[in-house]
Order: sequence, then C-alpha cells, then structure tokens
Amino acid sequence: MATAEARGARLGRLERSALTGVLVREAVNYSSYWKSSTFSSTVEPTIYLLAFGFGFGSIVSRIGGYDYVDFVGTGTVATAVLFSSAFPAMFGTFVKYQFQRTYDAILAAPVDTEELVTAEALWIATRAGVYGCVPMLVAIVFGLDPSWGMLAVPLIGWVAGFGWACFGISIAGYAKSFENFNYVVSAVLTPLFLLAGSFFPLDNFPQWAQVLANLNPLHHCVVLVRHAVFGWDGWKDFARLGALAVFGLLVWRIAIHAMTRKLID
Amino acid sequence: MADLAIRLRGVVKRYGAITAVDHLDLDVPEGTCVGLLGPNGAGKSTTMRLLTAQAIADEGELEVLGFRLPEESKQARAQCGVVPQLDNLDTTLTVEQNLLVFAHLYRIERSERREAIERALKMSKLVGRRDSRVDKLSGGMRRRLLIARALVHRPRLALLDEPTVGLDPQVRQELWALIDALRSEGTTILMSTHYIEEAQRLADTVLIMSHGSAVAAGAPFELVREHAGHEVLEVYGPPARLAEVEAEAGAAGMRTRRTGTSISILGVDGTNGFTIDGERRPANLEDVFVLLTGEEIA
Repeated sequence: MATAEARGARLGRLERSALTGVLVREAVNYSSYWKSSTFSSTVEPTIYLLAFGFGFGSIVSRIGGYDYVDFVGTGTVATAVLFSSAFPAMFGTFVKYQFQRTYDAILAAPVDTEELVTAEALWIATRAGVYGCVPMLVAIVFGLDPSWGMLAVPLIGWVAGFGWACFGISIAGYAKSFENFNYVVSAVLTPLFLLAGSFFPLDNFPQWAQVLANLNPLHHCVVLVRHAVFGWDGWKDFARLGALAVFGLLVWRIAIHAMTRKLID
Repeated sequence: MADLAIRLRGVVKRYGAITAVDHLDLDVPEGTCVGLLGPNGAGKSTTMRLLTAQAIADEGELEVLGFRLPEESKQARAQCGVVPQLDNLDTTLTVEQNLLVFAHLYRIERSERREAIERALKMSKLVGRRDSRVDKLSGGMRRRLLIARALVHRPRLALLDEPTVGLDPQVRQELWALIDALRSEGTTILMSTHYIEEAQRLADTVLIMSHGSAVAAGAPFELVREHAGHEVLEVYGPPARLAEVEAEAGAAGMRTRRTGTSISILGVDGTNGFTIDGERRPANLEDVFVLLTGEEIA
C-alpha cells in the first residue's frame, strides 16, 4: 500500500500475521461446518468406547490395574486425537490443494508454504486437543473419576495432534491420488491405532513388539493420557512427551517439504 | 522513464522436456496495463505463476515492484493482487466472509478492515449480496468477487490471469468496465488473455506470446500498423478460388492469411491496380497475431 513500506526490511519466516491469516480462514470456514465435524469427532470415539467398554467390559472387569471402562475411556482419547487430526489433514489438504485450489489463492498472498503448512497443522492440532477430550468426558458419565491431571489431556492431545496433522499433510503432499490414502490407512494408521494400547494393554506382547510400540507415537499418547488421569510416572512421562514433540517436529519439516514440492513448481 | 512494476530478463521455465517459458523479457511500467496475448499453452499462466513465486524460474532475472524473485517474493506479493484463471473462492462462505479472510491474509490493519471490505463490495457491486454464499452466486458475480478479493488491500499491481475466460459477452463487458476503472485509478495491471478484443480494449501495450517467448510488443494500434498495415482485403469463396487468390496475392508480394472460410490479404492500403474483389476492413490485432505466430486464436 504505502510506498514507504515498499522497500521495507525483508519479511521473516513464520510470521505471525501470515499464520493468523491462514488460521482466520480455517476459523471462518469452521463456522460453516462445525456441526458435522463435531458430530463425527464425538460420535466415533464414543461408539468405540461403548462397544469395547460394554463388549469387553462384560468379560473383563479389570485390566492392567484399571477398571476396563476407565482403561478404554482414557485409551480412546488417543483414538479421537488420531481421527480428528491425521484424517482431516490427509483429506482436507488434498481437497484444498486438488479440488478447491485454496492453497493457490493463499500462496498468492504474502504467505509462504512453510507458514501455510504450520498454520494448518496448528489449527488441526487445536481441534484434536479439544475433540480428544470427548471420550474422556463420556467416560466420566460412565463412572470415570474426575481428576486434576485431566487438565493436561488437551495439551497432550494438542502435541500428538500436531504430529498427526503434519503426518496427514505429508501423506497428502506425496500422494498422487485419493486412492493412495488406502495404503496409508491400511498399512500404517490401522496397525498403529490397534497397537497403541487403547483397547488392551501391550504387556503380554512379546518383548520385541513392546520395544516397537515405543516407536508408535500413538502409544505414548495413550500412556500419557492414562498417567495424566491416574497419576504421573516421573521422568518416563517427560521422555514420552519429548518423544511426541520430536515426532511432531520431524513430520512438521517433512510436511513442509512435501507441500513445497506439491505447490511450488 | 517510469519505474518498472515488473521486469523479466531471459526467464526460462521448464517442466521436464517442455519449455513453458523460453527466454522471456517483459517490462511493465508502473501505472500501465500490459496484456499478455497468446493461445492456450503459450506460457501465459506459467508467467503469472512465476510472478508470485508459485513457480520458480530455471534461468533469468525477475523483479516485481523492485523486489527480486524468488527471494523477496513475499514482500512483492503483499502489494500484488492476483486473480486466478480458475475460481478458488471458499464456496461455503459468504461473499463478505471471503473478503474478510483475504483482508487478514493481506494484513490489513484491524482499524481499516471494515472499510476495505465495504470498498471491495462496492467496487464489485456485491453490496446487496454480501450475505450470500458463494455457491449461490452466478458465474459473473463469482468472477467479480474473485477480482474484489484480489483488490481488497489496494495493491499497487494487479495480476489478472484470463479474467473473463468462459463468461458471457455481457458479463465480460461488465468486467472490462471494472478493470478499466482500476486502471484509471493508477493501479498497474498485467493481464493475460487469449481474447483479442480484450487486449485491444484494455491494454496500453500488448506482448504477443507464442511457445513461451515474446514475438512482438507494443501498443495495439502500433502493432497493427507495423505488422498488418491499415487495411485488409477479405475474400470469400470456394476453396479452389481461395487458393487462386492466395497465389495471385503471393505473386504480387502481398502477405496473406487463411481464416476458416476466407482469405485475408494484408496491407492493401493504397494498393492501386489490385484487381481482386473482396471486402475491405481495418487491420486488427488478430491479423498481427496470426501473421506472427502462424497460429489461429480462439
């Protein structure tokens, strides 16, 4: 606008105003679809909770030292985080890139791919942090005792959600077509989701499987949420949170790389 | 000489074996409207993408509003408004919400945001439709909104990629009026088009592109005078007759071009003793285009 600004200092990376612009777009759009999104993010984990809670709960009343409903109620927080981050990131990114060409419009404004990806991931992470609490709230209705540690759950969901959002964006960035997502869902997300310790403890798995589980970010999310609700486990939990943060930072850079390749010729 | 809003020198952009932009030079002086004229595939859209650093050139120098690309592209983009060829509005949002989002993306101060949105609504004559969802708008309204969205922050430079493609003639006229108003306010405009009339009406200078390079540049009337003369003789007839006329004109040293059902003999101004019968008409940019590129234009 003003000519004085024209020769101003070079704009930095990850500027707040660029992130805000993209976040405002998401927030305004959210006002037009929040009902369906909240519905699916709420109902899906609740169904898991009820199905496993009542299904298994009728056979096993206690597991790993917890009431089964408590075990599953806290475990499905991670499921809800995954469902409200990786999936919207994958499909949403692809739709915005391929069909709505939204990203073309945003990148024509003073926003770089790095800022675009970061803002999108922040937005999804925040939603995942909130929606992740739903199964826990439902579990409270079914008898889970409230505790102060629960206040940390949205934060754990946010950190994990940021990583899974970046994971989904990366997949969308590398995918050639919508059909490619099937491979990722079947070969990556489903095993990670089942082997996270949400529905059954991993204690009885062979040693090598338990070691591998430590490479599953979702597993750390499950354990952290349980410990937040029932009592922390000192430095080990710090290490788990650190693992989630490392996972997040790593896939964040990968997502930026993937989307730069896709969006900038 | 006025400052250049856009300066390209020797710009090359390749996609694999295809060279989309091939050693292109382009000057857009501030305050002027320059038209990139060329058929589909001439490299117009790629040139537009290069100017916003959504495509990175393989060779050459690019400057937009004094900023070097791609390094300083973000500063340049802050003062540019881009109207894409393909509509990318948020269709489930209202007209006003679309403008609000871009008022944020273009970093308009909070205190000026409301006024900027109102101005954009007025300019695009969408004040009465501010609360309509985009998917309820007609094609012409959507295009007006697309333009208003690009201008919400009063950019110094507007990049319009085929701004009227696929629209009815009447809607096209409306948009021309809008672009003309923008030009008279002093906004620099670079517009790509494959409509001859659009370039002729709106552009101060036209750059004719073919296969990624500029084949001619200048004011529309100058290009016509220089390359096609004043008048053209258009001869209609059966194919055999047209072939005859072509040979005869060729023998007389005249340049010709074939159109679908006729043959045009160029530069017949004051040619006395030329006996072929036909309709005389003023030469136009299309004659120049076909002459220079050997391609027909839609």
